[in-house]
Amino acid sequence: MLITRKVEFSASHVCRNPRLSDEENRRLYGLAANPHGHNYVVEVSLEGRPDPVTGMVLDLKELKEILNREVVTPYDHRFLNYEVSPFDQIIPTAENIASDIWRRLQPHFDGAQGRLHSVRVYETPELYVDYFGEEPCSA
Amino acid sequence: MFRVTRRYQFAASHRLHSPELSAEENRRVYGKCNNPYGHGHNYVVDVTARGPLDALTGRAVDPALLDELVARHVLRSFDHRNLNEDVNSFERAVPTSENLAVEICRRLKENWASVFPGEWPRLEKVRIAETPRNIFDMYADEIQ
Repeated sequence: MLITRKVEFSASHVCRNPRLSDEENRRLYGLAANPHGHNYVVEVSLEGRPDPVTGMVLDLKELKEILNREVVTPYDHRFLNYEVSPFDQIIPTAENIASDIWRRLQPHFDGAQGRLHSVRVYETPELYVDYFGEEPCSA
Repeated sequence: MFRVTRRYQFAASHRLHSPELSAEENRRVYGKCNNPYGHGHNYVVDVTARGPLDALTGRAVDPALLDELVARHVLRSFDHRNLNEDVNSFERAVPTSENLAVEICRRLKENWASVFPGEWPRLEKVRIAETPRNIFDMYADEIQ
């Protein structure tokens, strides 16, 4: 069974690879090479079985608190490239944001409670990325 | 491995009518979707591609390339059109959303290499919402 909690944060970013020229960055990223922002929506899904006593996989209130602490507090109303590690080192694309959120959440879900299943990051209502952790790049 | 989904919309009209059924059977099978002058929908199409991160760009899929592919091979042919009359493949096939999902998935798969020539990303899925309550998923692997 999957359970999902949704949180939102607003942040600015710029998609620019410092190893490339301005012209190359413009060609690769288009308008995203200009500093700009989004209302990001994050959906985190856990996989598990309902506890026979509580009837819950994990209290979603607890998941909400973890998400607020690990994601919303560090990301919200920040310029990701300048203020949120590791985006001083890697480009804050929706893909990299999804895998960074996975990395931040993973240690909380090693035990008996729900296993981290997926992180979905909406950059806009028309574009989102799903990340399921490391998986081999086979067909 | 990442899955990237991009949402597109187009408006089109259609009529559900099978030439292999009688007028009465068509009415019975398709109900008001068989009304003689057709009707329309605001279709919402979610296209999902999957692939590993590109080390240079930090992305798995370039959304601008996907936009170009979908605009050229789907939206340009379908938006503000009558599917029965304006789209070749629906001269024979009934333009149900199932057949529409197959057709869109087929067009994207067929022309995929024109914008994504490498091994990755690959087309994974096309989802069509005919209305917010009727949703159809077609996986690229199901296309022969």
